[in-house]
Order: sequence, then C-alpha cells, then structure tokens
Amino acid sequence: MTSLPPGLTPSQTVGPYLKIGLLRELITGEVVSRDDPRALVIRGRLLDGAGEPVPDGMVEIWQANAAGRYAHPEDDREDVPLEDGFLGFGRSGTADEGRFEFVTVKPGPVPYPDGGVQAPHLVVGVFARGLLKRLVTRMYFPDEEAANASDPVLALLSPEERSTLVAVQEDGFLRFDIRLQGEGQTTFFAV
Amino acid sequence: MKEGEKAAHGRVADDEYGAGLDPPYLYPDYVGTRLRAPKQPLVVLPHTLSELTGPVYGESAILPTDNDLTRQHEGEPLGERITVSGRVLGSDGKPIRGQLVEIWQANAAGRYRHAVDTHPAPLDPNFSGGGRAITDDGGWYRFTTIKPGSYPWENHPNAWRPNHIHFSLFGRAFTERLVTQMYFPGDPLFPFDPIFNSVRDEKARQRLISRFELDLTQPSWALGFRFDIVVGGRDGTPFEEPHHD
Repeated sequence: MTSLPPGLTPSQTVGPYLKIGLLRELITGEVVSRDDPRALVIRGRLLDGAGEPVPDGMVEIWQANAAGRYAHPEDDREDVPLEDGFLGFGRSGTADEGRFEFVTVKPGPVPYPDGGVQAPHLVVGVFARGLLKRLVTRMYFPDEEAANASDPVLALLSPEERSTLVAVQEDGFLRFDIRLQGEGQTTFFAV
Repeated sequence: MKEGEKAAHGRVADDEYGAGLDPPYLYPDYVGTRLRAPKQPLVVLPHTLSELTGPVYGESAILPTDNDLTRQHEGEPLGERITVSGRVLGSDGKPIRGQLVEIWQANAAGRYRHAVDTHPAPLDPNFSGGGRAITDDGGWYRFTTIKPGSYPWENHPNAWRPNHIHFSLFGRAFTERLVTQMYFPGDPLFPFDPIFNSVRDEKARQRLISRFELDLTQPSWALGFRFDIVVGGRDGTPFEEPHHD
C-alpha cells in the first residue's frame, strides 16, 4: 500500500456499549418505511470464528436509490433522479443470535470508473467489540445473475469469495449472513 | 488520482492494511480480536462512486441538548464537568463542516447505561452518556459532559480501561468513516491497555490523547480538553473535494 497522509486519527473499537451513542432514533435499519410498496427486508446473522453469534455488533449499509443515484454531491449525474427523502444509509445493531435487519429498496446499477456498470449492491460496514477497525464488504442480489456475472468488483474475486457476497432469497426476505472468520468467511475489502 | 486509478487490485494482509496508523484486526493481547479478526487477506477495492459517497446529515439531525450531556435530564449528573472540543479535518488539512459527530461514554463512576455492563458502580439517573454535534464552518465541534471514570473489564487479570470517550464520524465519503476513542492526558493505565496499545505507531497513538487547554476551560465552570480528528481513506489516495460543473 502507498504511504498514508500524515496526521490521520487511528481507529479504535466501538466496544460493547455502542448502542448508547449509535443506535438511537436518528439512524435505524429502516432505510425506507416498511409501508413502502417497494420495501424489501434483509436479514442476517453476524457470526464469529467459532460460528457463535456476535450479539454486540453493528452493521451499516450505504446504497444508491432505486434509480442508481447516490444522495451525495460527488454523484452529480443529473440524468439519474434523486428521490425526495431517500438518503440510502441504514444502521442495525446485532442482537440475540447476532441478528440484524434492514428494510430498504434494491438500488439501481451504478457506474464503474472505466465506463462500465456495477451490479446493484449495498456497501456494508461491520463494527463490534473485538474489531479494532471497521470491516467493509458488499451485498449483491441473487436475482441479478447477469449483472452480477459482469460486475467489475465481483470479477476481482474467486468463485468462493464471490459466493459470500450474494444474498440468499428466503421466503419473504433476503438472507445475508456475515462470517468474520473461519469456514466460509465473508470476503472483506481494503478501502 | 482520479477515482478508480489505483495500484494493483491485489490482496493486502491484515498487518499491511492501514499499517503505521490503524491497529491490525488480530491483536491477540486484546482477547476479543482472536475469534473476530478475519484470517483471509483483504481484497483491495477500487474506489467507485459507491465508496466516494456517503451519508450526509445536517443541523436538523440534532436537538439543542444533544451536545450537552449534562442537560439531558431533570438534574445534573455527578462528576467533573468538562468541555471537549476540537476540529474535524480532512487529510488535506481542510476543515470538514456540517459533520455529524456522535459520542458515547461511561458515567463519572465508570459505569455505562447499558444492560451488559455489570460493573458494580452506580448508575447516575441524570446521565445517559450519548451525545451528538454538528461541526461549524471551521470544522469545530463542542461537547459539554462529565469526565468518564475508568472501569474494569475481563480481558486479563485486573484489567482496567483508561478513561475514554468513544467518537464516531462519517467523513466525506464511505472510505473516510471513522470510529475511535479519545483519551485523557497522563492516564496511568495507558501502559496496560491493549486497545490503546493496539495502535503500534507511537505518534499515531499519541494522537488519540486529548490535551488540556486553558483557552477551552470555562472559568468557574468546566475544564477544557482539545481533541482534533483527521479523517481520510486508508489507501493513501487523498480525497478530492466534490466537483461541481
């Protein structure tokens, strides 16, 4: 890796008490209302290297809207509409059995720097006691086979690595388990 | 560098990612890392629009009492009242304005208002321990709170955490998200704390320690501690300001 700019503040763990500061009314797992007709539910479990649930962690997601536009000044493509009231950020604590849940919409495809297109995906951050810095991964959608097959980020991965990033369709929800370590470890990224 | 222009799309080992700055994922002295640190190398992710954007919250996200943890209840919490203030800066040294800063901490007795904290120290009915602030045009944030106590934990025999306040920031993009802890100068527990010492670089570690400032100290009211926070991506690519055509 190239050398880092001087003076950056180092990361420290969120610890076991993150709820006090981070899981409050402002930011929740409901990226859209449960009443939104487009709403889809994502459920998963956060698991450690022994396969045990992590009940004191937190998962964050960041995504484009259904049209594929990010609510951020860096995304200035005016031909892709913003959506009033849609920020695209969600946060869920992990509770009993390591479970987390999000209610959101499927994002549209977003551009890749070389002019290509990325398959619909969420960027995902994972925090917990015992994690001294954030873990970063992505979640892709199981009904986007063709788009996933040509996604330039998934193309960087082996089939085993890729399979950990695609959610599984269950009855009424998408399942996305995150394994921190060991057999079937989720693929994590350096950003 | 423009987005996507990066070195080889390879893999990076745990101890190389953020080397000289962040702790590794696996730091065995901190027992909690042993089963939670990933063992596979990290995949270097090209920075796309997904990583170069991130959530932006504004003034409307906070309430007037959110940055004063001593005024969130009927009465005042017990403990030593302090002001904690500083600037949020990008790696280019420029202030980041309108930034949501979230904090949480133990009370003066070293107890968190949380179901899993069983330390036999008293809860304070007048202290919740959570706060939020938005940075001003100069990148300044400011909290009034009470100095958190140190508390025991079960990492190793007779383990105690130095006094600290947890901080969470978004930066200007997903790549700049940061969760850290602010410590207090001169804490005798520093040599014994594996979380503090997981930052291996001495200079980087010192940047986690706030400094006492008489200028921030409010006469006859509260001691002042200064804690500046510099956010940036971990791949060495400076963040470019959003461009507007």
